[in-house]
Amino acid sequence: MAQALEITDLKKTYDTGVSALKGVSLEVAEGDFFALLGPNGAGKSTLIGAICSLVRPTAGSIRIFGHDLARDRETALGLLGVVPQEINFNQFEKPFDIVANQAGFYGLPRPLARERAERYLKQLSLWDKAFVASRTLSGGMKRRLMIARAMVHEPKLLILDEPTAGVDIEIRRSMWQFVEQINRDGTTVILTTHYLEEAEQLCRNIAIIDKGEIVRKSDMKSLLASLDRETFVLDLVEACDALPNVEGVTLRRIDALTLEAEVPKGTELNLVFRALDSAGIRLRSLRNKANRLEELFLALVDRKGHAA
Amino acid sequence: MNTHGNLTALNTIVMREISRILRIWGQTLVPPAITMTLYFVIFGNLIGSQIKDMNGIRYMDFIVPGLIMMSVIQNSYGNIVSSFFGSKFQRFIEEILVSPTPNWVILSGYCIGAIVRGLMVGAIVLVVALFFTRLEVKHPLITLLTLFITALTFAFAGFINAMFAKKFDDISIVPTFILTPLTYLGGVFYSISLLPPFWEKVSHFNPILYMVSAFRYGVLGKSDVPIGTSLAVMILAAVILGAYSSWLLVRGRGLRN
Repeated sequence: MAQALEITDLKKTYDTGVSALKGVSLEVAEGDFFALLGPNGAGKSTLIGAICSLVRPTAGSIRIFGHDLARDRETALGLLGVVPQEINFNQFEKPFDIVANQAGFYGLPRPLARERAERYLKQLSLWDKAFVASRTLSGGMKRRLMIARAMVHEPKLLILDEPTAGVDIEIRRSMWQFVEQINRDGTTVILTTHYLEEAEQLCRNIAIIDKGEIVRKSDMKSLLASLDRETFVLDLVEACDALPNVEGVTLRRIDALTLEAEVPKGTELNLVFRALDSAGIRLRSLRNKANRLEELFLALVDRKGHAA
Repeated sequence: MNTHGNLTALNTIVMREISRILRIWGQTLVPPAITMTLYFVIFGNLIGSQIKDMNGIRYMDFIVPGLIMMSVIQNSYGNIVSSFFGSKFQRFIEEILVSPTPNWVILSGYCIGAIVRGLMVGAIVLVVALFFTRLEVKHPLITLLTLFITALTFAFAGFINAMFAKKFDDISIVPTFILTPLTYLGGVFYSISLLPPFWEKVSHFNPILYMVSAFRYGVLGKSDVPIGTSLAVMILAAVILGAYSSWLLVRGRGLRN
């Protein structure tokens, strides 16, 4: 299958001397739903900036569907749509104009631009706000507007840079339904997010970047399978005084009625149950901690407690 | 993009600029009309009636071309510097930068917007002037050519200012400390033949003198500087500033890291 994105030995050193990218190489296959994760300051924004031509690389190359960004910039950018992290539209313009104008920058004739603007604003539930000043939109609406704007020229590769930051659960879910649908329809999607459970649920492949370097590239299943420990959340019937010792297992108290058990893979859970039972601790329920990726992420970037 | 796509992108930028000019007409079109009306009333009518003819021309008639030119200069410059810097400041210039729109289309689009504003305000000032005097344009082609080149030159100048500007203060420094003095000293209100020889020579280093002079020649048929010299200086200024603007855009100064 063709590569939607090929990045080869990409380096970026800013005028200040900061080396933001130290030879990043990455491939994203056509049709993929790809997660690019990394802590703050890891180089994600620089990498995305370089892909959409807002950052000039110091060395290396970027190819979008085989078109070199340096040599064939217009064709390469024509295949790309970007939803940036920060709000970057004219807040005095109306959503309809913002989306239709964006189509114009990609050379779409005005009638088609208007038709597409209407279609995407409707798909993202913004049609009733199409002709109000965009500064009056809520945070979630502004983010959806940027998705509609990025989709209006129907790119083959869509980059979403933390699109759900500060968006409530309901809107986040509807945004992901939309993005999953366009991915099913053939658009390659690259996602960066602080909500690692989103990446775990949505993405098939993942790269983790830290200090300007890719520290892990893998498919999501293999990456999660490489976890050597699992964490379970235990809900108690009543509060307990002391926690028992179980060999190899770390038990933590989350609150009076909740414990967390970090268990090496392959360890029988019966060991934990027996120890708890002996200590007079009665369990009401048990669940696997959903955010497994977060544990891996923190281990890979070696910064326990560091926000992604 | 192909030629048709580029023209569509160009049209999009131009229409967005025109829409901005009309949306904030209270800031873009009305103030120059009020200011120029005051100039006509105070300098042209009240003080001007006490002043002798200038180069054989009634003073009111003498200042009309200068005031129109002053409006065109200030408004073409002011339009692009505030619009382009605003798009940088709010970061919506990125909408265009991440698209396949070529640099020449971006520069042309913003410059056409600035020229449109300059010419719209020029037309408003002309209408205001007609309440105070009768105008007979002697050389229409030269008049139009001068208007266009002047608006284009100051569109480029405003674009350069916007490219370098990092804060809103930076877009008011050049108009306040450079553009306004040069305009006032460029023969808008007087003929440079009135100046002592030294200052008359110094005035020839002021490019605005050539623009005002050429426009006055187009409208009244008389000027301080030969029309050929004026046109040559104007075209040279436009080419130099246009080339520098393009170079800055290609380098992505202040736009691309």
